[in-house]
Amino acid sequence: MNKFHIRWDFWTGITCLSIAVFGLFLIYPLFSLFISAFQDASTGEWTMSNFAHFFERKYYYQSMINSFTVTTSVTVLAVIIGTALAYAMTLYRVRFKNIVEICVIISLLSPPFIGAYSWILIGGRSGILTRWMAEFGIDFPSIYGFAGILLVLTLKLYPFIYLFVAGALKNIDSALIEAAESLGCSGLRKVVTIIIPLITPTILAGALMVFMNAMADFGTPMLIGEGFNVMPVMIYSEFINEVGDQANFAAAMAAIMVLITSTIFMLQKYVVNRKSFTMSSLRPLAMGELHGIKNVLMHAAIYLLVALSMIPQLVVIYTSFLKTSGSVFVDGYSLDSYRTIFESLGTCIANTYEFSTAAMIMIIFLGMTVAYLTTRRKSWLTDIIDTLTMFPYIIPGSVLGITLLLAFNERPLLLSGTAFIIIISLVIRRLPYTLRSSSAILYQLSPSLEEASISLGASPLKTFFKITAVMMLPGVMSGAIISWITAINELSSSVILFTGATKTMSVAIYTEVIRASYGTAAALSTILTLTTITAMVIFFKVSGRHDVTL
Amino acid sequence: MSVAISIDEVVKRYGDNTIIPGLTEHIKNGEFFTLLGPSGCGKTTLLRMIAGFNSIEGGEVKFNDKVINGIPAHKRNIGMVFQSYAIFPHMTVRENVEYGLKLRKMSKAEMKDKVDRILDVVQITEYQDRLPERLSGGQQQRVALARAIVIHPSVLLMDEPLSNLDAKLRVEMRSAIREVQKQVGITTVYVTHDQEEALSISDRIAVMKKGEIQQTGVPHTIYTRPYNVFVSTFIGHSNLFHGHLETADEGLAAVFPDGYRMPLTGLAPEAAPGQEVIISVRPEEFSIRPSGSGEGVSCRIHSRVFLGKYITYGLEFAENMILPNQPSIEYSQDLGHAERMLEVGETVTLKPNAVKVNIFAADGSHSLMAGVVQNE
Repeated sequence: MNKFHIRWDFWTGITCLSIAVFGLFLIYPLFSLFISAFQDASTGEWTMSNFAHFFERKYYYQSMINSFTVTTSVTVLAVIIGTALAYAMTLYRVRFKNIVEICVIISLLSPPFIGAYSWILIGGRSGILTRWMAEFGIDFPSIYGFAGILLVLTLKLYPFIYLFVAGALKNIDSALIEAAESLGCSGLRKVVTIIIPLITPTILAGALMVFMNAMADFGTPMLIGEGFNVMPVMIYSEFINEVGDQANFAAAMAAIMVLITSTIFMLQKYVVNRKSFTMSSLRPLAMGELHGIKNVLMHAAIYLLVALSMIPQLVVIYTSFLKTSGSVFVDGYSLDSYRTIFESLGTCIANTYEFSTAAMIMIIFLGMTVAYLTTRRKSWLTDIIDTLTMFPYIIPGSVLGITLLLAFNERPLLLSGTAFIIIISLVIRRLPYTLRSSSAILYQLSPSLEEASISLGASPLKTFFKITAVMMLPGVMSGAIISWITAINELSSSVILFTGATKTMSVAIYTEVIRASYGTAAALSTILTLTTITAMVIFFKVSGRHDVTL
Repeated sequence: MSVAISIDEVVKRYGDNTIIPGLTEHIKNGEFFTLLGPSGCGKTTLLRMIAGFNSIEGGEVKFNDKVINGIPAHKRNIGMVFQSYAIFPHMTVRENVEYGLKLRKMSKAEMKDKVDRILDVVQITEYQDRLPERLSGGQQQRVALARAIVIHPSVLLMDEPLSNLDAKLRVEMRSAIREVQKQVGITTVYVTHDQEEALSISDRIAVMKKGEIQQTGVPHTIYTRPYNVFVSTFIGHSNLFHGHLETADEGLAAVFPDGYRMPLTGLAPEAAPGQEVIISVRPEEFSIRPSGSGEGVSCRIHSRVFLGKYITYGLEFAENMILPNQPSIEYSQDLGHAERMLEVGETVTLKPNAVKVNIFAADGSHSLMAGVVQNE
């Protein structure tokens, strides 16, 4: 017998398939990008000049500093707001708590750039609020630049922290608090010595998500940033620059960005691992009630926050019904914007649903099987897969888009311009989240259930589909719906990969906004928002839950 | 300083639902006192009222002479060990133990000294710098105990602290807890539903049912002289027979429905000839007599379970002999002294040990044995 003989079965097939998918569509493009970053555009020789070019000119390296400042500020603000909201919502009685929670989730799942575009409609140069205040002779502070990005991204991303921290607070066993009390501790001291340390790892995990999202976000700074350049915008504009030799320079910038995100990722992992512990709660913390002025202030703050989060959505829905003439809103209401988009942008709508659904199906299949491989059939190969699936966490969407475009631009692998490449980019970006939640589900399923099935005569493969997969499905499905929602709203990689025939709604909104065709953009956004809300309702029904984990 | 605890007519209500209708008990200074009962009997509720985590709707709880009803939990100076241990997961073992002392603003040197000593007492010194997640259940239990004791609480409260451990560790920790408690001499209230645990660890036990104390006594009394039928069947196994009292040569005899007469000594003055009673016989209080001799009650063996030291036989009696709705009627044969094993299907005569059996009033509400009191 050959001891290196590999038994070809379903699971070896899945192992090869997943390595092929990640190798071909993630590792190969990524490394070819990195290699091109070290190559001279015209001669193809090895050089550091692309990097030197970046660090020599303030115009370029300033974008890195800008990205860093705005991302850090957003993260800090989101952590403060999200934690405070989670604390209030979990530990005190809040009126209309469910509505508050749903609004928070909607603002998290809505298309990222809608915020930017709505705030321009409100507070931009010819915004509603700006004009209204100008009538009274008041100069509205500029919404463009750093402040605008900070406002939009904070309002968009604090829900991450909220969801993470609220989950962690629910996991604190009240016996821990009672133990502290029995030892003589009370009041603020309890919060400082017990509650905050207990949720710190969770806050750090949420902060990482916020940081990565804010760093990678392309739509918001593109629309509202104006002179305030950040890296994703810079990479994008260098890349689509008609002067062809900029691709290598864009690649160098992308490499720098990936270096930053992976450093932050490693740093966060290092800190969290050092102080990691698990919590499980038999009796969650009891809910208290605030009285008098404190109660009024808490409610006012919560409602103000929710109002600020929801304003973009409402503005978009409202303006979609306004009459337009060219790019200007005129008096009166009409459905013209909707008529226009169904006439000229119908394919975008169809594309959006088709691509996301195709991606979702692939994500469910790969998510379940690969999770099974990495948890139940551990080997050095599955360890490699496990590591590979971490990569998308640190690669900004626009960078992934560029890598895919560069790698599949010529024969024999000519894929750019196809729907397939967009679907693949969606799968690569979302699969890690589904994988992680599927593995979590698997760890909770006792292997003895599978062993029971096998002992009764079912083959391992049959057992997987009849027993394991069936039990995993509800959890995986609810995760997949969230993936679907993020897929329909995805912009940063599709905006680079799209062509006329594969345009999606979010890309269409972006191009309409750039063309200042606000009416149609609003109508498209409304459709996206409504789809998102519908999908969320389905999610809550399917999962039977009242919260969302991403 | 350790204190005595007086519980005076306390009431616990959740809305219209009364959990504890009015309970009185006195726990002595330095005593190891156990609340024992089936789940839902209110024992944990009572413990949490003493701790201050549950409000008290009526009556008073006193530490020595001081009413503590209105004092919040963190000012009662209690040490509590939780069922889930409630070890702070973000602190090392040592930090957990130090936590209460830090709040008491103790000097560094004194704190180090105290923590070192208690870690030594509960034998976890070698794990002091670990995070609790990396400890076994028994070790976590020791941390919880050390953390509660190190602050020199007035009382130590333990809520089913051993229920999450495996059987062997449970026995080991049981003696560890007992030893530490004696060493520091602290009043301890201990909640459990495990009767063996209660019997082995306690100075006194209070058996509870539906928010009321059925009997308080030292373990030996609780087992050998239960106050009512509930206690006799909840603690250990008891076979309950119908019967009545008749006058005998010296005093009274209990007569089984089949006519077997068992002369008794040590009945309470209340017991009178002609009175209907319940005769309670424990499985080990039977001995085998020759079949048909009339020296005992006659029954058929319908099952046999080998348990090592003992063989337990399931017995079948005529229906009028025994009280209805008993899970089983049992005889335990001590293998150390058994002459032969009985066969399933065999008919045997078993003689109850008249010195050991307990006689209860016909409604089961109290014992008719002399000197048996509800609260010892």
